[in-house]
Amino acid sequence: MNSLILNAATRLLVALMLLFSVYMLLRGHNEPGGGFIGGLIAAIGFALYAMAHGTAATRRALRFGPAAISVAGLGIALLAGLSAALAGDAFFTGQWWFIGAGNGDKGLPLSTVLVFDIGVYLAVVGAALTIVLALEDET
Amino acid sequence: MTDHGLGPGRQTAGRGGGTISRDGGFGWLLALPPAALAVAFSTALPTVMDGGTVRFAYDWVPSLGIGLSFLIDGLSLTFALLISGIGVLVGLYSSAYLAGHSHYRRFSVYLLLFMVAMLGLVLADNVITLFVFWELTTVASYLLIGFDHASAKARRSALQALLLTGAGGLALLAGLILLGAAAGSFELSTIMASGDAVRDHQLYLPILILVLIGAFTKSAQVPFHFWLPNAMAAPTPVSAYLHSATMVKAGIYLLARMHPVLGGTDGWIWTLTIFGAVTAVAASVLALRQTDLKLALAYTTVMALGTLTMFLGAEATVAVAAAVTFLIVHSLYKAALFLIIGNIDHATGTRDVALLGGLVRAMPITALAAAAAALSMAGFPPFLGFIGKELKYEGALAIASEPVFVAGAAILANALMVAVAGIVALRPFYGAPSATPKPPREVPIRMWISPVLLAGLGLTFGMAPSVIADSLVQPAVTAILGRPETVKLALWHGFNLPLLLSVLTFVLGLTAYAIHPRLRQYLIAAGTRLPATADQVWDRLLDGLKGLAAVQTRILQGGRLRRYMFVVFASFAIAVGTTLIATGALRLPTEWPDLLLKHWAAVVLIAAGAVMAAVASTRLTAICALGVVGVGVALLFVMFGAPDLAITQLLVEILVVVLVAMVMLRLPGFKQVTVRRFRRADALLGVAVGTVVTATLLAVLAAPFDRSVTTYFETTSVPEAFGRNIVNVILVDFRALDTFGEVAVVVVAALGAYALLAGTRRGERP
Repeated sequence: MNSLILNAATRLLVALMLLFSVYMLLRGHNEPGGGFIGGLIAAIGFALYAMAHGTAATRRALRFGPAAISVAGLGIALLAGLSAALAGDAFFTGQWWFIGAGNGDKGLPLSTVLVFDIGVYLAVVGAALTIVLALEDET
Repeated sequence: MTDHGLGPGRQTAGRGGGTISRDGGFGWLLALPPAALAVAFSTALPTVMDGGTVRFAYDWVPSLGIGLSFLIDGLSLTFALLISGIGVLVGLYSSAYLAGHSHYRRFSVYLLLFMVAMLGLVLADNVITLFVFWELTTVASYLLIGFDHASAKARRSALQALLLTGAGGLALLAGLILLGAAAGSFELSTIMASGDAVRDHQLYLPILILVLIGAFTKSAQVPFHFWLPNAMAAPTPVSAYLHSATMVKAGIYLLARMHPVLGGTDGWIWTLTIFGAVTAVAASVLALRQTDLKLALAYTTVMALGTLTMFLGAEATVAVAAAVTFLIVHSLYKAALFLIIGNIDHATGTRDVALLGGLVRAMPITALAAAAAALSMAGFPPFLGFIGKELKYEGALAIASEPVFVAGAAILANALMVAVAGIVALRPFYGAPSATPKPPREVPIRMWISPVLLAGLGLTFGMAPSVIADSLVQPAVTAILGRPETVKLALWHGFNLPLLLSVLTFVLGLTAYAIHPRLRQYLIAAGTRLPATADQVWDRLLDGLKGLAAVQTRILQGGRLRRYMFVVFASFAIAVGTTLIATGALRLPTEWPDLLLKHWAAVVLIAAGAVMAAVASTRLTAICALGVVGVGVALLFVMFGAPDLAITQLLVEILVVVLVAMVMLRLPGFKQVTVRRFRRADALLGVAVGTVVTATLLAVLAAPFDRSVTTYFETTSVPEAFGRNIVNVILVDFRALDTFGEVAVVVVAALGAYALLAGTRRGERP
């Protein structure tokens, strides 16, 4: 699609959407959001980019093939689940660390659950873009 | 029928010469793991000889009563020693037989995989564990039969064995689960102690039938016998190991193991006796028809399996002792003979008995081993085979129900065995030398040492039978019958009926040997008058199955999207609709819920979108209208406090519209594909699906809502999972495994779509 307005607008819009998608991913545990929603937002952002600039530019912007991203996401999610075994817990038991906690301060919460959600995010982005870019290539 | 390209590797360096091959000359290492295991198992001998057992167990799925538990008693130890012991010799032999073969390493892995599976099978003390190893032997057997994967025959035989024993395995699994339910435990040691309870259980007959199907397919009983001769497409060491000495005896092992639990009833006794006898006699007749040495031996293996089944049907101690002794005898001489035939094939390039003769001068050591093994097979004293045969006759006469039938079958089968032993081990070595594809010469030491040792053991144990009587036979018989037994083996029993029957057997057997050429012609002529062989019936069965699959695929999957959607939605409407009516779950609301204006607005939006999608004349309109429906649903989610669902719904809706719009550009217009009568049917189907979904939702809402799960998540979400967004906590923590599965489905679907699109782009029809 050759539209100057779309071309110019997407540069800003896509950056904002990606930022927003990461925001949705990270806040998901306490507010509406999460890896699935974040992944969909990012995928729509890239789909928009593909419409404005073409698939070749989108693939360059992605750096990795979308199928590889989705499979990597799946692998990260699996590793996050398996890591519970290191602590002697059952498969997919969340492991939590509160960095700098103490004195009523919760500290920085990190967890394998977050890693799992990041895996979901990548898998969704990759899967959606695999289809979108393949279809876009067709036309 | 020879192993094209399989046999005889590049063994050109001559006798025992160091062959340089891809295995780097270390192929014999294959014999080390079984050797170590054999030594380890022999340490259990003293305990087992004293009547004790060794048991070790690990938790596997404790909540289902499934444990990784193993039991060494007389029966499992006998099998374990045979498996590991013969494994050593076959491993050693293979390293020379397949020396230089480009896939020798793959072969070694398969063979060791099989050995582990087989040992797990005989040592398992949990029926589920036993089943897992049982299936693993099937898989290993498939890989080994199809080892020469370039040959269509090998592939067909491998698949046939896999399907047949795999189907039997399914029946076995069902039988074992029922057995576990009837006995109240999956542990074999518990099940074996509750034989009376199982035999009186109402599920006894189904259990018996299912377990016997498993055992009979695995151990090639008539009418499932045909896969075993076909399995001879495997390399000869595999035939020696899997398809004569060990794997096909897995079914025999199962029968022996189940003897204290399922045995002793009329159903058990008659089924085993009749199937065993028919198999033994039919197989020995079929063996006489063969000129391929390996095939002839394969049929005698089927005959041995039939004999073992027949004797395991009995209750008498001496009959069971005959079965155990014959099991050992058979493993020793049959493995030896297979390896010897491998040697003949290797040295001359043929296995056709009509082309062979006078090999004794060129291959003296192989000839000696062949003679010893064949004498044991034919049951001549002082070989162990003689003791086995005397015991069989004694056991047959001791079977109270039908001694004449069993003894008659045993004599006939044994007599024909004498003849086959002569054909296999005498014909190729004696008589006039004949021209063979390769000039014969003796094989290297690694190829004759194994058959010599195996045949030598048959002689040693025959001279000193008490060695195996005390260490293996007596503990095994004790385990099979579930009561302490004393078994004594002796070479000389005095002048009695079994000895007389032995003499009769020799006379019959030698006569059959003498008239074999004419007998064979007659048998072949008789065979052609049969309507079909079991193998042909199998082919027709498979063809029928494929035809059925093709027909239903053509009907259900016509290749048009419209047809697919129609089938899916029609099935949904019919299945859910009939369930609703049949279960009486259908409820109509008695009162209207109080809806606010904004709710009504969303409902109107959804309804308007739906109607618009149905009547739209272009695709773009229809898709946008569908998007409106999705947005309306998302609005409802927001109003009822499910922001996560609403966001997801909205985003998916956007993606779908984008995707469909992309696809749409490539599709022909609506007008070109819709016909009036199609639209009428589609409208009808749409109304039906809508009605069923609405009715289902009303029925769901009418049922009282159980809040216990909700309450659990509400109270545990923050303290246990540190998250206030319950939806997300469920997704990534409480139900993370489900999410993982769903995400995997998404990725696989994307890859599938990608593959389809890539296929069409290259102009291929996938």
